[in-house]
Amino acid sequence: MSATRHVDVAIVGAGPAGLAAGVAARQEGARSVVVFERDWEPGGILQQCIHPGFGLHTFGEELTGPEYVHRYVTRAREAGVEFDLNTMVFQLDKPAPKDGDKDDEDENENKVEKNVTFWTMRPERGIERIEAKSLVLAMGCRERPAGALGIAGSRPSGVYTAGTAQRFVNMEGLMPGTKVAIMGTGDIGLIMARRMLLEGADVVGVFEIMPWVSGLRRNIAQCLDDFGIPYYLNHSVRELRGRGRLEGVGVVEVGPDRRPIPGSEQFVACDTLLLAVGLIPENELSRMAGIEIEPLTGGPVVNEFMQTSEACVFAAGNVVVVYDLVDFVSRQGERAGTYAARYALGRLEKTKREFKVVPGNNIRILSPQILTGEDDVTVYLRVGTPVEGKCRLYAEPGLFSQNLRYARPGEMNEIKLSASKLKSLAPDVTSVTIGLEIL
Amino acid sequence: MSDVKKFLCVSCPVGCSLTVTTEGTQVLSVEGNSCPLGEKYARSEVANPVRTFTSTVRVRGGSLPVCPVRSRTPLPLSKVFEAAREIAALTVDAPIEIGATLIKNVCESGSDIVASRSLPRK
Repeated sequence: MSATRHVDVAIVGAGPAGLAAGVAARQEGARSVVVFERDWEPGGILQQCIHPGFGLHTFGEELTGPEYVHRYVTRAREAGVEFDLNTMVFQLDKPAPKDGDKDDEDENENKVEKNVTFWTMRPERGIERIEAKSLVLAMGCRERPAGALGIAGSRPSGVYTAGTAQRFVNMEGLMPGTKVAIMGTGDIGLIMARRMLLEGADVVGVFEIMPWVSGLRRNIAQCLDDFGIPYYLNHSVRELRGRGRLEGVGVVEVGPDRRPIPGSEQFVACDTLLLAVGLIPENELSRMAGIEIEPLTGGPVVNEFMQTSEACVFAAGNVVVVYDLVDFVSRQGERAGTYAARYALGRLEKTKREFKVVPGNNIRILSPQILTGEDDVTVYLRVGTPVEGKCRLYAEPGLFSQNLRYARPGEMNEIKLSASKLKSLAPDVTSVTIGLEIL
Repeated sequence: MSDVKKFLCVSCPVGCSLTVTTEGTQVLSVEGNSCPLGEKYARSEVANPVRTFTSTVRVRGGSLPVCPVRSRTPLPLSKVFEAAREIAALTVDAPIEIGATLIKNVCESGSDIVASRSLPRK
């Protein structure tokens, strides 16, 4: 085994969050910035997202996923970001005080510098130990799989997550089936409904258990309505039928309590079922390192520097919270990269104040959960239930108020808070409450 | 006689609900949009709906068996299936450069099909 390799800022994952973090870390002055990526090329899941709709915020035009990646990889290479491809990070150690430093954190917390060490594996070099001054977690998210849904019936082939089907069709040139049903209205499911149809499949319908759509409404318009693909709210797939290959699914209508309505069962013939039923931040490494995970988002608790409960570990993108738009992911990646570089350069001091951001009325998730008042910040949030009418989004005490025409769980909201306003809060204020009220 | 049509703007992820008042092919008013793209979209939907079209082409000797492609400019929505069939008939040799024109004037639409990524040889 070779000796430990040293880098300034290490980044796990070369998707949009990792790429943006890399560029920002170099711009901030970090010398060696290395992105560790298990695939043979950078880009992450965007490489299979061949549809347009990316980059309106970042580049001012609508790009496809691969085009967005191309621009960002070009930026990253120009900025001097290094890539370790075909490299799997398989273990992240719990950060420990540096050798030689006293093991007494209470003595002077600012002075105790912790190391980040982790372990990688790749064909040419075997197992390596890497030590970094700071680390950015950018592993993205995973799709909720069939096993998590408790669907009754047999276990035939032909059941895929929408993203798996997307990879088959768009990168491997394979068609998963010919007659397709889709469970859930996540964006990838809607995108794949259109894609499968244009590749010659029959798409029989999209079934959503909730009374509302979980993806962006424009994907209902341009992926389903444009092509006459039907979708059914308050409908759930309850049963798989078929021996060897899927022959159809049992669908039921559900009531307001989301329980099946007796007598509503119907059989829908299909040879393929795609699942678009939610994304889960991928935090196996974060958990290994003992990083605090927020149960609601499934991602690390972070402050506005995108800093986790371990000061030397930062996180960005869908590993933190599942965003609607890649532009938001890139923006958060930049932030994480900037502050990870400052930390590596010894220019990020421990802050004096901390405000906990508390979800108030009708707020399901939000991020970041901690604010220090040291930088302007955008808090991203999702509402719990849709409000189709005038409502007010607020941050108390007296930080933010905005009237909205509607608020929907499928469309993330943003709250911009200024550092100066946070700093001028009375000394006894330790939390900020974000909520939505109907007007 | 004026006519009221409803569209959902697909220009950006906000997805504004547009209410468009028309008389024949004439657009009298657009409401519900929160930016100028919405008005542009509504007018285009009334006159001739267009969409950016994306797909993949088969590749010989590439590091992947298919390469993603897009229409350089939006195509008439009515030509999308025709374009998909024309693209499905094509096989391209690697290497491919991002932006390379693979089909000129697809289905007489005035738009080209271009590669949306670079693909090296295997």
